[in-house]
Amino acid sequence: MPQKSSLNNRPIEIRWHGRGGQGAITAAKIIAAAAYAKGYRGVTAAPSFGAERRGAPVSASTRIASEPIMVVSQVEKPDIVVVLDHTLLSYPDVTQGLGKDGWMIVNSPLLPKELGIKFECNVATADATRVCEKLGLIVAGLVIVNTAILGALIRATKIVDLPTLEKVIRERFPASTVEINLAAINKTYEITRSAK
Amino acid sequence: MAIQRKANVHILDGNQAAAIAAMMSRVQVIAAYPITPQTPLTEQLSRYVEQGELQAEYVAVESEHSAMAVCTSASLVGARTFTATSSHGLAYMHEMLHWAAGARLPIVLACVNRAIGAPWNVLNDQQDSISQRDTGWIQIYCRNNQEIMDTIIQAYRIAEQVFVPVMVCYDGYILSHTEMPVDVPIQEEVDRYLPSYQPHTVLDPANPKNYNLVTLANPRVGVDGKLCHGYMELRYLLQEALQNSKEVIVKSGKEFNQLFGRDYANVFWEDRNEDAEITIVAMGSLAMEAIVAADMLREQGIKVGVLGLRVFRPFPKSEVVQALRKSKLIVVFDKNISYGSEGATCSEIKSALYGTYINAAIRNFIVGLGGRDIKARELVEATKKAIASLKETVVNPDYPEWICEI
Amino acid sequence: MGTRDCNHICDESSPGIGEAGRTGEWRTLMPVIDDKKCTASKLNKPTCFLCWLYCPEAVITKGIPPLINLEYCKGCGICLQVCPVQAIVMIHEEKIAD
Repeated sequence: MPQKSSLNNRPIEIRWHGRGGQGAITAAKIIAAAAYAKGYRGVTAAPSFGAERRGAPVSASTRIASEPIMVVSQVEKPDIVVVLDHTLLSYPDVTQGLGKDGWMIVNSPLLPKELGIKFECNVATADATRVCEKLGLIVAGLVIVNTAILGALIRATKIVDLPTLEKVIRERFPASTVEINLAAINKTYEITRSAK
Repeated sequence: MAIQRKANVHILDGNQAAAIAAMMSRVQVIAAYPITPQTPLTEQLSRYVEQGELQAEYVAVESEHSAMAVCTSASLVGARTFTATSSHGLAYMHEMLHWAAGARLPIVLACVNRAIGAPWNVLNDQQDSISQRDTGWIQIYCRNNQEIMDTIIQAYRIAEQVFVPVMVCYDGYILSHTEMPVDVPIQEEVDRYLPSYQPHTVLDPANPKNYNLVTLANPRVGVDGKLCHGYMELRYLLQEALQNSKEVIVKSGKEFNQLFGRDYANVFWEDRNEDAEITIVAMGSLAMEAIVAADMLREQGIKVGVLGLRVFRPFPKSEVVQALRKSKLIVVFDKNISYGSEGATCSEIKSALYGTYINAAIRNFIVGLGGRDIKARELVEATKKAIASLKETVVNPDYPEWICEI
Repeated sequence: MGTRDCNHICDESSPGIGEAGRTGEWRTLMPVIDDKKCTASKLNKPTCFLCWLYCPEAVITKGIPPLINLEYCKGCGICLQVCPVQAIVMIHEEKIAD
């Protein structure tokens, strides 16, 4: 069998932006696990390296590829950017490197066009915060939107399907929190709106 | 041009020579913990301070780690500092050795070379200082007690110019506890040679500074708007400082000669290397024993020279290449071992020669570990063995030979 | 342009406000001082100021009333813990984008 070049194995790169404590890193790991369950042989999920602080802007990344991934450096040109907290949109590094075919998935009550994103890309929004508040997905006073936003991500990008995601949630979460998280994902999936 | 001066010879052991040199260098803070075979050195220094002969603060710390922590703090706020240790003490200091070099503090440390356990052993080899090779310190090895005296004084002149700490290494017992004649300089001469320490870190309440805080990978703009180094730029500067220190070491040795009449304008000592076909390489007191071995071999008609390594860090690559350019066989004796590889100086020699036109055979012998006595005739025998091995192959063996009875 | 122009040979910086960035962004709960309970405000005297003393970020003024600089307050809540008259509460705030 001919040796496969790593260049033909360019992974799909997702960069996550949230605030410390919102669960962006967990979300990055869940999608990686779901992609692996779906048959992708190369997946990585990593936090941005350094001191993470509750409330401070943080980022994480997920890479998904058909073959094992060799690249370990920071994501430069993401295919997908997921924003867990819309107050982060004002930071230039949130959108950095995103191309016109890329996707922005934003937790926001606004429609994609109302976000005021000033460059060409695909945008999907869903008010995950409201979904979670209604469901009572609140821990220590913080609305936990990281699972809900996965619904918007997979609805817009079809990167994995709902049953696979559900399987991973069931494996990874304590039984007592599985249903509420699945409900958040399903509800957010339903209300996601996309636009080019 | 050496000046005419009256010799002031005393019979001193290595620790006494080191203590006098530290005193004459007018060190202001000494922090040390006693350990064999360094103990008499720290005892002597505390006596100088106690008796008022030396105006310094002697901090009796509870460990070597603390000793170096005290030295870094004192140096950071502008004091000329000195410490000394051996073996496990140096190992215990390891973390703070990195800190001293990283903070670019011109601390001078006398390392009285001793073996490291297990098993316990208080006698000489160079495993302790060689194990600290990559901490960013300049390392200079002494062949005799005169060199200990002179090198410690020079060490301050070097360190305070390049802002890199200097480890002055000398063999435990073989030098530390062996008396020999030492020409002791007079204080006025040393004062002329060593101007007072001008720190690069200034403690000024009117202009406060942070030093060595968490430093991120990338450069960043400080509050004053200046783009400041990231961690990696600071590491580069330390490497650059060591690279450039070679010149300062040689210049300081030359200036030393002008005042004291003893020439140190070199990074190693050479003996009859001009016409040598075989060069023996050794470091520390063994480099003197090697001269005796060379004498014996010369008597038998074998053209042998000696390269006595003095400066191990920075390693003088181009100078070594120049010195070994005529050698057909290089016999390297190491009082240390990088387990699974070979002696440390042998690796350095090989690395220096790579890519040059010199294609000499190299034989490495591990000798004198844990105080195993090594005599000139044993160096002769090993050298002859190395010569004989050339009949079989000129290829350099993967691993060194050991001179022991296994 | 390289970093050599800073002329430092080890890590060196000048202490200043905002050395670690705008740390107020890290906050999840915001401290609010009730001037009716605060000893200094109530007595209209420069007294107590334990919040000023204990604030690890030095973002509380020694004034009447003591003021909190929310640009840099990380919301750690130490002021609430040390206030002897329970004049400080931590509240949720809607973070506002720049």
